[in-house]
Amino acid sequence: MTGNDKPRTLFEKVWDAHVVTQDDGAPAVLYIDTHLIHEVTSPQAFATLRERGLPVRRPDRTFATMDHAIPTRNVDIALWPSDAATQVRTLRENCQDFGVTLFDIDGPVQGIVHVVGPEMGITQPGTTIVCGDSHTSTHGAFGALAFGIGTSEVGHVLATQCLLQDRPKTFAITVDGELGTGVTAKDVILAVIAKNGAAGGRGHVFEYRGSAVERMSMANRMTICNMSIEGGARAGMIAPDDTTFDYLRGRPYAPQGEAWERAMARWRTLRTDEGARFDRELTLDANALQPMVTYGTNPGQGVAVTGRVPIVDDLEDPAERRSLLSALDYMGLRQGQPMAGQPVDIVFIGSCTNSRVEDLREAAAVVRGKRVADDVWAIVVPGSKAVKAQAEAEGLDRIFAEAGFEWRGAGCSMCLAMNDDKAGAGKYVASTSNRNFQGRQGPGARSLLMSPIMAAAAAVNGRVVDVREML
Amino acid sequence: MQSFTQLTATAVPLRSENVDTDQIIPARFLTAVTKEGMGEGCFAAWRYLQDGSLDEDHVLNRPHHQGAEILLAGRNFGSGSSREHAVWALTDYGFRAVISPGFADIFHNNSLKNGLLPVTLPHHVVDMLHDLVEEQPDIAITVDLEAQVVSLPDGQVFSFHIDPYRKLCLLDGLDDLGYLLSKTDAIAAFEAVHELA
Repeated sequence: MTGNDKPRTLFEKVWDAHVVTQDDGAPAVLYIDTHLIHEVTSPQAFATLRERGLPVRRPDRTFATMDHAIPTRNVDIALWPSDAATQVRTLRENCQDFGVTLFDIDGPVQGIVHVVGPEMGITQPGTTIVCGDSHTSTHGAFGALAFGIGTSEVGHVLATQCLLQDRPKTFAITVDGELGTGVTAKDVILAVIAKNGAAGGRGHVFEYRGSAVERMSMANRMTICNMSIEGGARAGMIAPDDTTFDYLRGRPYAPQGEAWERAMARWRTLRTDEGARFDRELTLDANALQPMVTYGTNPGQGVAVTGRVPIVDDLEDPAERRSLLSALDYMGLRQGQPMAGQPVDIVFIGSCTNSRVEDLREAAAVVRGKRVADDVWAIVVPGSKAVKAQAEAEGLDRIFAEAGFEWRGAGCSMCLAMNDDKAGAGKYVASTSNRNFQGRQGPGARSLLMSPIMAAAAAVNGRVVDVREML
Repeated sequence: MQSFTQLTATAVPLRSENVDTDQIIPARFLTAVTKEGMGEGCFAAWRYLQDGSLDEDHVLNRPHHQGAEILLAGRNFGSGSSREHAVWALTDYGFRAVISPGFADIFHNNSLKNGLLPVTLPHHVVDMLHDLVEEQPDIAITVDLEAQVVSLPDGQVFSFHIDPYRKLCLLDGLDDLGYLLSKTDAIAAFEAVHELA
């Protein structure tokens, strides 16, 4: 790619190719290829442009959709809560006034921004991608440098297509070996975060590598990269390969014809060079991993489903002890309690982590012919309208409905409870989402993060079970 | 952006680790299309009981911590969601600086863009400050950005690191947008030769 002889990591190649300029003593001016927008974190940024009389520099590289605040039941916008409707109308107005492509709720493409970008072929290897959403790290599954930004930075990118950024450090996470039956990408990333801590990646960009990662589908790679932020990293990346190219070929915004061939040639260079050095490294043995469940209030507080809630006295660090005590107090769990058998009240299958058609297929296979346990409220929320349509074409909606799940429209839904899908206070939610923070899924709600098949197994049993017993 | 030079103020000791931005401002407060009034949602799930009344026992609600402009936090403060609303909530509530052993990256970035000074000090120093403020809630702590020190009335001084560019921006109240707009020619030249990937 350049005449640079020093072996470089994937991250370094993408970073170097996007530095516009850098003054002495200042952060780099980093060029952003693709800017994704949603209704919640963009209004104040567009307002800044209006105040300063600035246009959007690259409306052709800016794409918007609606996902966070919207209801996922099929209702007319006129009947929505007024504040959600205002955010949606504001986004429509902003996209129209500034010439930005909008995948509107009325159209066929809308969905969670991190599901829509890849399925439209907007997400491409070697590009820089930002969005006012921390789970932008998802797009790193394609070998893009993709990270979440605040609303001030959304404004900077709208106006200049650039960000002032300090160069992060690199962190290799190698997962070699073969995942056992019933052990999924979600379990890999929950295990990584449990091992490295919720802040363990701070200041770094993860690169996931190793034979287990190389064998994964794009959906699984997206699940892993999605939760990089949960491990404290700004971004996570996976080198693009034939799996990536097969996924992208023919998608609406992917290069076509001769441009596709040229792009593939460039993308094939996006691998960490032999001999390149990472600032930090962590290795996991895929064969040793088990289905994971979180017991606490940060995503690092997770154990194998065969395991138990930790004992406070076993922890040495006072801050860790404090953190565990406060988490168990909120969660209503006991030290040393086995995770299997913990009752659940609600099951949520969805979110930018696990709402792709592959996730829904796997979950449907577990619930097929069974019934959701009495007193459990279970919902499935596809990540996008395309996922929903595909799932319906395969009959997955009927499998879920016959089992007693609600089948919803596309959106973020109960992942963050800023729409009408909320878990009640004190309720235990078996959730395929990414955050078990206090109140994340509703004030007082208690989240148990797990994979789609584990959540499906929890739904039909009414409690946390080891899904491997059902396979 | 509001500039930050020096602050002498009381502090609230919030001794919790991994305080995520969902705690700082729950998602239900994110439905606004402006930045104003976010202080109302600041730590809402902690400050208010489920019936909507104020939780008098919470440290943020204790009378002697009212008007505190420094938030003493635990490790990994501001983790999770990128919502800048968290910073707007803290500043609207009245905080001007947060002292912690470590901040999550995006929150740290967002703070610097809104004149909220994130001060990173070693664990043992932050622990000591927590103990001190719990014993003497009215103690005045000084945060001096120019000198990059936190100092106490008894003369103890703790220095902290901050990126020199960010320091300059905070001292002068400059935001990144003006700087980036001054690079328009370089950006155009880059775009002329830059291919996707």
